[in-house]
Amino acid sequence: MDHHVKSPASVHDHAHGEHAHDAHHELGFWQKYIFSQDHKVIGIQYAFTGLLFLLFGFTLMMIMRWQMAFPGKPIPLIGNWLGPDRAPMGIMLPEFYNQLGAMHGTIMVFLGVVPLAVGGFGNFVMPLQIGAPDMAFPKLNMMSYWVYFLGGVTMLTSFFLKGGAAQSGWTSYPPLSVITATNGQTMWLIGMIFLITSSLLGSVNFIVTIVQLRAKGLTYMRLPFFVWAQFVTSFLLLLAFPPLEAAGVLQLMDKVAGTSFFLPSGLVVSGRVVQVSGQGNPLLWQHLFWFLAHPEVYVLILPAMGIVSEIIANNTRKPLWGYKALVYSVVFLGFMSFIVWAHHMFMTGMGTTMSAFFQTTTMIISIPSVVILTALLLSLYGASIRFNAPMMFALAFLPMFAIGGLTGLPLGLAPPDIHLHDTYYVIGHFHYVVAPGTIFALFAGIYYWFPKATGRKMNEMLGHLHFWGSFISINLVFFPMFIEGLAGMNRRMYDGGAQYAHNADVLHWNVVQGYASWALGLAQLFFIVNFFMSIKWGKAVDRNPWEATTLEWSAPSPPGHGNFVTEPVVYRGPYEYSVPGAAKDFTPTFEPERA
Amino acid sequence: MNIPYTVEERPDSGLTNGKFGIWLFLASEVMLFGALFSTYIILRQGSVEWPHGELNVWLGMANTFILIASSVTMVMSWANFKMGNFSKGRMFLLMTFVLAGIFLVNKYFEYADHFTRGEVPSHSTFLAIYYTLTGLHGLHIIGGMVVMLYLLAPGTGLWKRNPEQYTGRIEYTGLYWHFVDLVWIFLFPILYLL
Repeated sequence: MDHHVKSPASVHDHAHGEHAHDAHHELGFWQKYIFSQDHKVIGIQYAFTGLLFLLFGFTLMMIMRWQMAFPGKPIPLIGNWLGPDRAPMGIMLPEFYNQLGAMHGTIMVFLGVVPLAVGGFGNFVMPLQIGAPDMAFPKLNMMSYWVYFLGGVTMLTSFFLKGGAAQSGWTSYPPLSVITATNGQTMWLIGMIFLITSSLLGSVNFIVTIVQLRAKGLTYMRLPFFVWAQFVTSFLLLLAFPPLEAAGVLQLMDKVAGTSFFLPSGLVVSGRVVQVSGQGNPLLWQHLFWFLAHPEVYVLILPAMGIVSEIIANNTRKPLWGYKALVYSVVFLGFMSFIVWAHHMFMTGMGTTMSAFFQTTTMIISIPSVVILTALLLSLYGASIRFNAPMMFALAFLPMFAIGGLTGLPLGLAPPDIHLHDTYYVIGHFHYVVAPGTIFALFAGIYYWFPKATGRKMNEMLGHLHFWGSFISINLVFFPMFIEGLAGMNRRMYDGGAQYAHNADVLHWNVVQGYASWALGLAQLFFIVNFFMSIKWGKAVDRNPWEATTLEWSAPSPPGHGNFVTEPVVYRGPYEYSVPGAAKDFTPTFEPERA
Repeated sequence: MNIPYTVEERPDSGLTNGKFGIWLFLASEVMLFGALFSTYIILRQGSVEWPHGELNVWLGMANTFILIASSVTMVMSWANFKMGNFSKGRMFLLMTFVLAGIFLVNKYFEYADHFTRGEVPSHSTFLAIYYTLTGLHGLHIIGGMVVMLYLLAPGTGLWKRNPEQYTGRIEYTGLYWHFVDLVWIFLFPILYLL
């Protein structure tokens, strides 16, 4: 059990400079980097795995974009590797297209963005920002990473099953998902149960850590906004995920034990009545699924808002405008997100009373979102802004999230949703929220906290190239979707919609989107090169390279085991920038008042 | 490095980390079983006919009393550890473990009886939800037993080093155990009686 090898303290201190005082025992390789219980290592594990999954999920989409731009043409470069049961002669099969679509959504949301935003940034930054030595339950923290990893492996291996991965969309609506004969869906359900379990363990840990391990003087109203965002996010994960776990178990019973929770009596498939006990309810799945998946949208966006707030405050050198309004809004947003789910289901025939209720709550939830966005926008007013790489991404988040959010309003109202439902308009809407919204914020966060994690800054020039390349191409991918959607082009079309005459006028956008998505892929090379190069050769920095005010910048870069050299104490609010009469333009929370 | 508030309570929250953590976990469990109970209601509301009297009420009732008794012994165990009475506390913990085992044996006979009559989950939606709910509840019983077994055997070393922390773990296990008991208190009437 005891692998702790004592090393002479002097040697250790010499090697690691200003590491924390009680890190005098070295852990073996496995305990230090693989089965680590240190929140920083776990955060980096989460972030790295999440980034790999983002790249993988994006690659799936780049392949799909070829099929949509040039339906029925052999896929170049990788077409021959895919094999005859996916793409004979390099031409994609419809079944494979469906797998790519379902798995792109699942991987991006559950294996990419959430692990990076919550598991990665939450784990690495949050304990540092509240002055904690680690998470409240370090072993549980390690376990949640490995359960997530297991879920990821389950999802990936399902591609290699006979018949391939799940192919009923990331929403897995029954009856289709249940009656599809392949085993991909079963693997998807098992993988989801792992991922949900991991999120539950993580969210308990986050909430306990934030409530119990705040440093001396760090009251709730002095918490950095990022911590508030993680706090609310954790409650969403804690309370919204279990119903999907229940739904996953029920669908697994349908798949494996032959029950019919989601299969109605007299269901006809290929001209034959399906032999099941019947009396099931397909709508029940949609309710259980969206009861999670709408709060999930806020799980995707709140950490992003938290990251952007930190970076905007830092680079405008001003306090955040309306900190209290931001905090109340984010709490209200979290609460409301539990009672809007059925606005995804206006077209299911659930009745006008239900639609009226859910469209009302949906309009209400847009208010706190707009309050947050407005507060961040007003924070820019009158500032002399530092346009560094993290700030570029954080600034771009604001208009991108605004487009994503505002295009959601017509979808939240039942009448226009009749026209827009299941068209590319919906795809454009949520991708603006999640891709140039959340993922840009996540990139901003990586550029911003990279120096804390490694002790080195990322290259600014490559950062700007990465930003402009991504910004231009991502808009060329997603903006045409609104045009296509308004013209009536449906989502999930194997041929990109070419079979319908009404799409003829907008089909050429598919080609534009194809080239733009591959350009977006190329733009990420700047990031990948920058990331690895900077670990080794980036400009070495001290504790506080951005001249920031929050607590994580009082720890060494990178922080040692136990994080802080002396016990951190907080003396003031989180964003005391440009205080009149102060000697410098930032007054960190951790600096005592001068007598 | 020591994590603060594992044993002593944080003054402003009045909680230890573990106690707060277990309550949060139970909150998520309420959502899990809440979703399944809602499923039960929706399926039953939408059904043409709902079977009655397919389950053995006496076995179910016996199991109800067994679980209630196990909750009592769990509290007795915690109270004895709290008073520093290790051997008695351990005896009551062992009794809780044994009662949980008896519950599972009963459940096994019930399941086996259904299976021999061909009443498998795919037989009817009632049986489907019956197996799902009681199966998931049974997994929670097994989970609780694994924790108790740990606290009975390898976990006792903590009692010698830090009895307060050990007693805390007994308390968290107890909170979980009462929750599992409570779920059954709801399951028994909706599946066996109504």
